[in-house]
Amino acid sequence: MSGVAAVSLRGSSRRVGALVLRHLYLLRGSWPRVLELIYWPTVQMVLWGFITLFFMNTSSWVAQATGVLISAILLWDVLFRGQLGVAVVFLEEMWSRNLGQLFVTPLRPWELIAALLTMSLIRTLIGVGGAALVAVGVFDYSIATLGLPLVAFFVNLIVMGWAIGLMTSALVMRYGLGAENLAWGAIFVLQPISAVFYPVSVLPGWLQPIAKSLPATHVFEGMRAVLFDHVLRMDLLLNAVALNVIYLAVGIAVFLFYFRSVRVRGQLLHVGE
Amino acid sequence: MLGYASSVSESAIRVGGVSKRFNDVIAVDDVSFEVGRGTTSALLGGNGAGKTTTLAMLLGLLLPDQGLIEIFGVDMVRDRYRVLPRINFSSPYVDLPRRLTVAENLRVYALLYGVRDVAAQIRRLADALDIGELLRRTYGSLSAGQRTRVTIAKALLNDPELLLLDEPTASLDPDTADWVRAYLESYRDRTGATLLLASHNMTEVERMCDLVLMLRSGRLVDRGTPHELLERYGRQNMEEVFIDIARDRRSRGAGAKRAST
Repeated sequence: MSGVAAVSLRGSSRRVGALVLRHLYLLRGSWPRVLELIYWPTVQMVLWGFITLFFMNTSSWVAQATGVLISAILLWDVLFRGQLGVAVVFLEEMWSRNLGQLFVTPLRPWELIAALLTMSLIRTLIGVGGAALVAVGVFDYSIATLGLPLVAFFVNLIVMGWAIGLMTSALVMRYGLGAENLAWGAIFVLQPISAVFYPVSVLPGWLQPIAKSLPATHVFEGMRAVLFDHVLRMDLLLNAVALNVIYLAVGIAVFLFYFRSVRVRGQLLHVGE
Repeated sequence: MLGYASSVSESAIRVGGVSKRFNDVIAVDDVSFEVGRGTTSALLGGNGAGKTTTLAMLLGLLLPDQGLIEIFGVDMVRDRYRVLPRINFSSPYVDLPRRLTVAENLRVYALLYGVRDVAAQIRRLADALDIGELLRRTYGSLSAGQRTRVTIAKALLNDPELLLLDEPTASLDPDTADWVRAYLESYRDRTGATLLLASHNMTEVERMCDLVLMLRSGRLVDRGTPHELLERYGRQNMEEVFIDIARDRRSRGAGAKRAST
């Protein structure tokens, strides 16, 4: 690596670190924000934990792999929290009308993206990690029983969450806080067709190709293969990785496209209104 | 007082034929000017005259439809990241994160600007701007005057060679406003920095500025030192000049002068 490139990389990592620090300060100074990170994943996990207890006596399918529903909800939360982590951190900048200040510093748009993704990872680990620990205590189930494939599932789901988070953030940047609800709700459109709690074969034939175009669908099918058949389906994993490469590239491209668009429209100084 | 344009040997800012349109509204129309290094200049004009749009284009927050913008000889449209570390900006209308303390805000921005000794720089600015007592308080809990001092501290974190200020003393009491002006002037004199401010405060402009750029409906309609403008319009103060230009009285200048005398 040349000296100039090394200096440039050091500068970039310093700016990304500065933005991450800004959001860690925010979390440190606001316990409701930290509580919110853990609250919903835990509530969802507890709900599905009790549903599991009920189904264990009434459903042979669930009885074959007792952790299938809890694993599904925890992994779904990786996707959801990954997306929300990007969008909410971006929204924090809009709520505080800080984008104008940020972009008169040497901060590059891709450095903002890197900071958003880093904060999303931190927030997801806090939220889903907390819920996973509660699952051990309350239901005596550890998602770690998925073994090493858990890492692959986690990475694929959070990357898909990042891609959708970047797209929703881009829309909020362009259309203002009126589009804020997208950040909170957009991903739920995908939940019924992501095969989170049931196999993709349950879906009507015409919907299955759409479901298979989502990286998450392959992850959840892979999760059930591990839990029911104790095999890691590499074909499903590779499908998820390939789709995620496309999704993330599109997410970044959309974000950068709208960033340029708001610079043309003069919205960076007035963003938040 | 320095002259303008032709006497400027080395420009901090060079704007040539810049225009910006938002749908049917022409916000800035073929504006050209130069600002010399180490000078203080003002962009003046009524509401909607194009001051903030011009400032946003100088900062690279807004892309012009056409024209050239150079800061220290660097094209801001193509190469803004080369020059952004050397400039800074302050506006009462663009906030800092309110839930962060003043010290946290300053630390984050110092890191963004690549300041080497962050703690020492914050300490130095806290002493200079008398905000040491505020460092542990959240930005959102500060009064308007305190916020202004903090945003100026943020704007000076990287020891900028060019400082763009949007209404630097808006909503401040006269005492605080005077203190802010004195501090900015001392910063300019000490460092040789260039200041460009958008302001509605004509006393401020008369006191601080070497060059006044008058905008109306997006066009640069007059320019000169405050003294030149006072003479040209036959007025006693810049507020009267401002009103003359804002109401397009210049073409009837002689008549207006007679009417007022």
